[in-house]
Amino acid sequence: MSFELFMFLVTAAIALAGGVGMIVARNTVHSALFLLLNFFAIAVLFLLLHSPFLFAIQLTIYAGAIMVLFLFVVMLLGVESIEDRTKDRLAGQLWLSVVLTLILMVQAITITLLAEPAESQAQNTALLDQLADPALIGATLFTTYLLPFQITGVILLVGIVGVVVLHQRAHLYGPLSETEREFAEQYAAERTASGQPAEQAS
Amino acid sequence: MDIFLIVFLVVQVLIITLAVTTGFAYLTWYERRLLARFQNRVGPNRAGPLGLLQPVADAVKLFFKEDVIPTASDKVVYLLAPVLAVMTAIVIWAVIPFGCFNLNGDHTACFDPARRDEVWNALQVAEVNIGILFILAVTSIGVYGITLAGWASNSKYAMLGGIRASAQLISYELAFGMAVLSVVMFGGTLSTWEIVLAQEGLWFFFPLILGFLLFMISATAELVRTPFDLVEAEQELTSGYNTEYGSMKFALFFMSEYIKMIAMSAIATTLFLGGWRFPGLETLGDGVAALAGPWPAAIIVGLVSLGSFLLKVAMFLFMLVWLRASWPRMRYDQLMQFGWKSLLPLAILNLVMIPVVVVLVPDNRYIQTAILFVLGIAAIFGAARIGGRGRVKSKVELVQPVAEGKQASAASSAPASQQTSGVAS
Repeated sequence: MSFELFMFLVTAAIALAGGVGMIVARNTVHSALFLLLNFFAIAVLFLLLHSPFLFAIQLTIYAGAIMVLFLFVVMLLGVESIEDRTKDRLAGQLWLSVVLTLILMVQAITITLLAEPAESQAQNTALLDQLADPALIGATLFTTYLLPFQITGVILLVGIVGVVVLHQRAHLYGPLSETEREFAEQYAAERTASGQPAEQAS
Repeated sequence: MDIFLIVFLVVQVLIITLAVTTGFAYLTWYERRLLARFQNRVGPNRAGPLGLLQPVADAVKLFFKEDVIPTASDKVVYLLAPVLAVMTAIVIWAVIPFGCFNLNGDHTACFDPARRDEVWNALQVAEVNIGILFILAVTSIGVYGITLAGWASNSKYAMLGGIRASAQLISYELAFGMAVLSVVMFGGTLSTWEIVLAQEGLWFFFPLILGFLLFMISATAELVRTPFDLVEAEQELTSGYNTEYGSMKFALFFMSEYIKMIAMSAIATTLFLGGWRFPGLETLGDGVAALAGPWPAAIIVGLVSLGSFLLKVAMFLFMLVWLRASWPRMRYDQLMQFGWKSLLPLAILNLVMIPVVVVLVPDNRYIQTAILFVLGIAAIFGAARIGGRGRVKSKVELVQPVAEGKQASAASSAPASQQTSGVAS
């Protein structure tokens, strides 16, 4: 067994363990940490595929930005434990997931079986090293794939604008009308009367 | 891969880890002695000459303290947090070039970007083509140790400290990354080695003066040191995220903080102060090579470059201690306003400014440098003026009119008027 294959098997096992752990864990923070483990393992897989650039991007974006935000929100809201696990909100999703997984596996196995013979692998490796050059990736992104790149940028911008709009909803809809205010006051009075903490009417 | 190469790599990693850990121990001594000087005290001077054995005494003390794990904590995450914190602090060192000791025995290859393949540098663990991205990735992971420590301790103070820390680190990471990217743009490469080589005859400090300032500010915030240290504001949070940690686990957090501090200084040196370069280093190497052959020259160049690197790092460390000694802590809203409303726009301006100048003034590094330097200084002063305008005025000036009528007769008029004028200014 070559060193590379050994590394691949270990890393793949860790990635799978992280994925399974993420689903099985009862605590949200533990889930997030398992997912983080999975991200790390996938970053190492990118290294094994001769792409240090994707390794760094995977760590910066997924591990460094997205998971940190997830953790931050979970911690801030204090929703560490999931209340009800027995109830299945989406009926039949278990069986659907099994079928989809099987389709994916068949696909993966077919592609592996149809792969090029081993003698061209050395050539492939050399090509991979060339392709992993960050300068080349940047140049391709800004010439051949400029339109998809710009569209992605616009989609991200839409997301940012959406956050700002949602944040300023009260401002957009103007002040509350007379009936709305009456209703809010009544609601608050009922809450205080029944012993619940008063909510701030906005 | 050759088995000898693997052994060599392992030895390299071991030496760097030990050196960095020792560096941490003596950095605490350095900081305490310097702070004492700044505050007109003596500082630790009992253990050994000049207090040099103080770090050893501290380490022994921390080792032998009782190891307490709070019952209400999440044990696994609680123990994982300090490990994550230290790990990220040490891993950064992999891509930083400490100097150039060419084990192929040819010092001239050290100074020639075209002869990259002939350099087998003993003073850098990994030369990868994405060194800068690696640094950014590892610093962005550094937040986990702090956040998880705060959460796993299951304590109010630790939790608040952890949440503050993650908010602060996420906010300042943007400006930090953009300041680093300005170096990448001007140097035209993502490799730390090539960035050092690109600074031949011109340290990036001069053209990227604005980037340097942004880097230093956001790096200080990333290190959660004064004036950005409200993560561990002891008046409000006892000790912040590490409140519930004792013994060696506390020492690990302490360690990660100081190792990161050295690492940031090393990164600043590499990016802005020419890394291991020193004026006349190449001439020195050539001279020794003419007198004693190529091997002594390679060794001398290696030693001098390492020395020059360490000297620059020590200078940055001095600056960080100096900052800590002379600045008060920011308020939380000030911190967020400063990060998002001042630092980030400046960083974007910096990123726009550099390519425009580089494209408009082609092929002359020195004219580019002059223009960028002037623009950078102008941007800094402009930002300082605009930023100063929105400052909240002190409410103390409401008491001012009292002094007016009594000024002539009262005996205590002199200090009173001084006070009012002090407030007004």
